[in-house]
Amino acid sequence: MSWWETVRSGLGAIRAHRLRSALTVLGIVIGISSVILTVGLGQGAQHEVEDQIDALGSNLLIVSPGSTTDSSTGRRGGFGSASTLTGADATALADPDAVPDAAAVAPATTGSVALVNGDTNWTTSLVGTTPAWLRVRSRELAAGRFFTADETARAADVVVIGSDTASELFGPRSPVGQQVTVDGTRLTVVGVLSASGSSATGTSEDDQAVVPLGTASRLTGSTSDAVSTIYVEASGEGTLAAAYQEVQALLATRHGVTTADADFSIATQESLVETANQTNRTFTVLLGGVAGISLLVGGIGVMNIMLVSVTERVREIGLRKALGATPRAIRRQFLVEASLLGLTGGLVGVLIGVVGAQVLPHFIDQAVAVSLLATVAALATALALGVGFGVYPATRAARLTPIDALRSE
Amino acid sequence: MSALIELSGVRKTYRSGTVEFEALRGVDTVIAEGEYAAVIGPSGSGKSTLMNILGCLDVPTEGRYVLAGEDTSSLDEAALAAIRNRRIGFVFQQFHLLASMPAWRNVELPLVYAGVSRAERRERAVEALTRVGLADRVDNRPGQLSGGQQQRVAVARALVTEPDLLLADEPTGNLDSGSTRDVLALFDELHDAGRTIVLITHEPDVAARAGRNLVIDDGLITTDRVRAGAR
Repeated sequence: MSWWETVRSGLGAIRAHRLRSALTVLGIVIGISSVILTVGLGQGAQHEVEDQIDALGSNLLIVSPGSTTDSSTGRRGGFGSASTLTGADATALADPDAVPDAAAVAPATTGSVALVNGDTNWTTSLVGTTPAWLRVRSRELAAGRFFTADETARAADVVVIGSDTASELFGPRSPVGQQVTVDGTRLTVVGVLSASGSSATGTSEDDQAVVPLGTASRLTGSTSDAVSTIYVEASGEGTLAAAYQEVQALLATRHGVTTADADFSIATQESLVETANQTNRTFTVLLGGVAGISLLVGGIGVMNIMLVSVTERVREIGLRKALGATPRAIRRQFLVEASLLGLTGGLVGVLIGVVGAQVLPHFIDQAVAVSLLATVAALATALALGVGFGVYPATRAARLTPIDALRSE
Repeated sequence: MSALIELSGVRKTYRSGTVEFEALRGVDTVIAEGEYAAVIGPSGSGKSTLMNILGCLDVPTEGRYVLAGEDTSSLDEAALAAIRNRRIGFVFQQFHLLASMPAWRNVELPLVYAGVSRAERRERAVEALTRVGLADRVDNRPGQLSGGQQQRVAVARALVTEPDLLLADEPTGNLDSGSTRDVLALFDELHDAGRTIVLITHEPDVAARAGRNLVIDDGLITTDRVRAGAR
């Protein structure tokens, strides 16, 4: 009996028991589609985080207050630690003699502020920084200009706003040259940032107000020189490690601490990606494991059905044997049936997974990346499940002696 | 005429646990090509065991069974399957048709295992169905046919490979008297056409149609009677 004949008769047997076959296939379908979706969700989240971190700019060192326990896995913060990093630190880091491998240094404070333009009131995040911010954050201007070093030194009443902020406050009109009011202080809008599209940790990069460091302190009523972050851009990819060392040594000296019990931490883009990926990997493995188990359950379902099928069709097996079917032909028949069930389930599962990956982002605001590898692996698994769980029933069928099989009622 | 079946010293012992049961205790017989023989005996006499051995569904524990010059005693399962496929056509008491397939698909089944091409299978199946008088029932499923018609489909299936031996196990056991007459008449026709038939039965009237009666009792052939005028 040729393979093609076997496949044909297998399809016939599956069609003859439509409901039962459909229920069997359902187990595989659920397993495969959930594997594809969970792996896709994990990878989608990973890509998103990588994009966000890429958007930070390359060759970037991010210095934060608070000590680190491990440079890549976490940092210890707490009350008081916020004040350990100051604008003076940033100024010292910008000295090319002290940190020769730094190309740009920008301190940043963060806060929240309500901007008013006429009747429009818009609350957004406030960033206080220096002109180097534009470079270290890899941002560009859509209109106007960024504030100057001179304006920074004077703590001038100027502001650069994000593209979303601009449209919220000014609608379609150009905001450049217009004024916004913050608690009675009038700020002149000198520039608008180009849309970056990314939204790190939920707050949009396109909805913010960037002002000189001193202006920010004034607006938030802060009297200290503390900053929340100092961005240091290394002069090149090769000098990143050197810049890291220089920054670490300088800050340790300035703060009178050793590098082992530092009251600040330095993150590189790489270490951020690493941390984010580790979290994502854990979730992907966890979800993938659950999906894998459902796949296994689906496979056992196939075996169950095939065993029932063997029992129910004992007489048919006996007859086929009497008519000249070899044990091999019988085994092949049941294996092919099980494989067809597995493959059908796999294909439908892949279809649902891929369609789900397109539809899901509309509901959960989370990208789903369908990985070709995961899809192919899922299909192969479905087929392997069919074959694997079909072997035992098939062997049982092949072993039946024709007389006993024919006699059974 | 040359011998189709040669049984010499055939014994069959069944073992369940420590209990042994000897179903055949040394059967010797020769059936020639073209013969129409009936094996008669009460239940438990060993006639089913004999039928299984003649049909290569089982092998003797001891002794030799030569079918068409081929000693089957030492063959493995796959080789026995090939012999069943090529040399033997079975007709069973319960018909054993596959309910999900139309008549012609049931009839072509042995040809599938013989590796015959699809187009030829259909042609030969229809031809066999025509020979048993069911040319107009080719596409009917077994459930749409009467018992007698179903058994005729089974006969067509047994004939489709042109086997050396037609082996029928109580072929009329599940049929009413009208259908019984039909099927037996068909056997007569096939016999007249030169086909070798071995029929297992416990009904004397059915056995009476055969040219030769082998009476089996307690695992031995006790009587071997050839009807006057039979070929």
